[in-house]
Amino acid sequence: MQAIGLSFIDWTIILVYFGFVLGIGWYLRRFTTSQEDFFLAGRKNSSWVAGLAFLSANLGALELLGMTGNTFKYGMYVAHFYWIGAIPAMLFLGIYMMPFYYSSKINSVPGYLKLRFDEKTRVLNGVAFAVMTLLVSGINLYAMALVLHTFLGWNWDVSMWVSAITVAIYVGLSGLMSAIFTEIIQFFLIWFGLFLISILGIIEIGSLSEIMARINEYSSQISFTTLWSSSSNPTQNGMFIHWGGIVLGLGFVLSFGYWTTDFLVIQRAFSAKDLRSARMTPILASFFKMALPFIVIVAGLIAIVLSNDPKSGFSLLHDGGQINYDSALPLLIARYYPSGLVGLGITALLAGFMAGQAGNISAFNTVWTYDIYKAVLNKKATDSHLLWMGRVSTIVGVALSLVTAYWAKSFPSIMDYMQAIFSWVNAPLFATMLLGMFVWWITPNGAFWGLVAGMVSSFSMYLAVKYEWINESIITMSNVRSDMATNFWRAWWAWLICASVTIIISLFTKKRLKEELVGLVKGLTHENHDQFIPFVKRPEFVALISLIVLIILNLLFW
Amino acid sequence: MSEHKMKPIWFFVGLILLVIGGLITLNGIYLVFDPPQRVTVLSEMHPDIWWGVIMMVFGGIMYFKTRNQTV
Repeated sequence: MQAIGLSFIDWTIILVYFGFVLGIGWYLRRFTTSQEDFFLAGRKNSSWVAGLAFLSANLGALELLGMTGNTFKYGMYVAHFYWIGAIPAMLFLGIYMMPFYYSSKINSVPGYLKLRFDEKTRVLNGVAFAVMTLLVSGINLYAMALVLHTFLGWNWDVSMWVSAITVAIYVGLSGLMSAIFTEIIQFFLIWFGLFLISILGIIEIGSLSEIMARINEYSSQISFTTLWSSSSNPTQNGMFIHWGGIVLGLGFVLSFGYWTTDFLVIQRAFSAKDLRSARMTPILASFFKMALPFIVIVAGLIAIVLSNDPKSGFSLLHDGGQINYDSALPLLIARYYPSGLVGLGITALLAGFMAGQAGNISAFNTVWTYDIYKAVLNKKATDSHLLWMGRVSTIVGVALSLVTAYWAKSFPSIMDYMQAIFSWVNAPLFATMLLGMFVWWITPNGAFWGLVAGMVSSFSMYLAVKYEWINESIITMSNVRSDMATNFWRAWWAWLICASVTIIISLFTKKRLKEELVGLVKGLTHENHDQFIPFVKRPEFVALISLIVLIILNLLFW
Repeated sequence: MSEHKMKPIWFFVGLILLVIGGLITLNGIYLVFDPPQRVTVLSEMHPDIWWGVIMMVFGGIMYFKTRNQTV
């Protein structure tokens, strides 16, 4: 593709955004005077602020380029990531798990593992999370470089370094607080910057039903426009997956593994001012999560229609003979947006990538400082020293994520890479958390060795398939090939192995006293939160509404 | 926590939407009189003008409602 020459107005809008986020970092610096300010934004946010930040921390490169590209590749099935692959887990977190997280006044998710189990489980998870966070942060840098390379013809290296330095400055200045502020600004910029693509695409093609009808004409054997009706036979849907893989792998293990244990998003809920706000954080976020397919999925479907219509002149980029699915969204911006709006569209993408990267870095600096540095290397560190360490680890984290960005370039689709990483770390961790929070007799040794077994087995399965030591049909129980299906099923097996090993070892090792686990395990803890609040204002009621909307959406696109 | 009072996040969101929406609208009006060489699909609908106005209205409401607030 010919690089688009940006006009003066486009450059102005991009510079306004960069100036704005750096200015916010500078403005918030005066409010960041303690470690609680830096790592937890002072624990004073409302549920709306924490909820939008909770969602936006996940709304980086993954949601924008990756999901639009994957819709082009897999069809409507990608909407499962937003609906069954997110909402039940977010509601479960708000209703059942948040009281234990928030009430124990921990600074991080590994911190809960320390209280519930022991130090070695905490450090193991802390190290795994830190590594995963840096890998994911690299994806954001890679995706940003793709946008700048596609639109502006910029050098990959320069693009990544410019964005990384900007993030290092504003997160280094005011930590989680500036990360949350920029995440919320990013949320609005993304809606205003990208939703117009769906509107203009629908206007050009005619209607949403016309889009669906044309896609069905192009592909009569494989369904790209349904969610469930073609899921009983993997050969009949674009993702080549059985509904069992969607429900067990994505809907249960990967989704719950990410949304209920990933500190990147949960850190935003920890910044809430009280327990009710913390519980409402993921529940409010679930409504916005359900709306996102109207940007990314619709845009991906529009790209399918246009690329199959020779008169449209639309086709995706090719890198080394392979289709670059992630180029779909930038190419749609180039198709519909005149100058000014191009600047807004690019700014929306940049905001998404930078906020996603900032989210990862702010989670990394917290886990490094509390769960590795203070837990192992310097147990007597003072408040001011930890604040200093948070700033130093921000800069080091950005530098390390630059290294991982080059690795991300070797994958054909960003999302596949992301799912691979999640199934190494989050899938087994979800088994540990679930058992730890709901079964009192799970022991520290059971949790530790179960976690090790889950992570090692997931990584081994990944290597075995990648280097063709085994046929992936052993993992997916299907003869049709799909990277996504393999990821889903690998996550399920890793979860099952972790849970099984944890339970078996717990049966034969020393249990902690029940009295020590009050406040950490359901059934041993007296829960009386929100008992004086009317039912319609309780998190449970709002969660019920969210669940009803989820069911309606799934029936609508069945 | 510092004793200084901080502007709410909605103030900043409103401000940036107001500024960027205003820039896009003004540029869209200018392009009506001086059409660009690169013609985009559906450019005859002038999406920049009406979308910029929507951004300005949304951002303006947030900005003016929160400009005197602190948290």
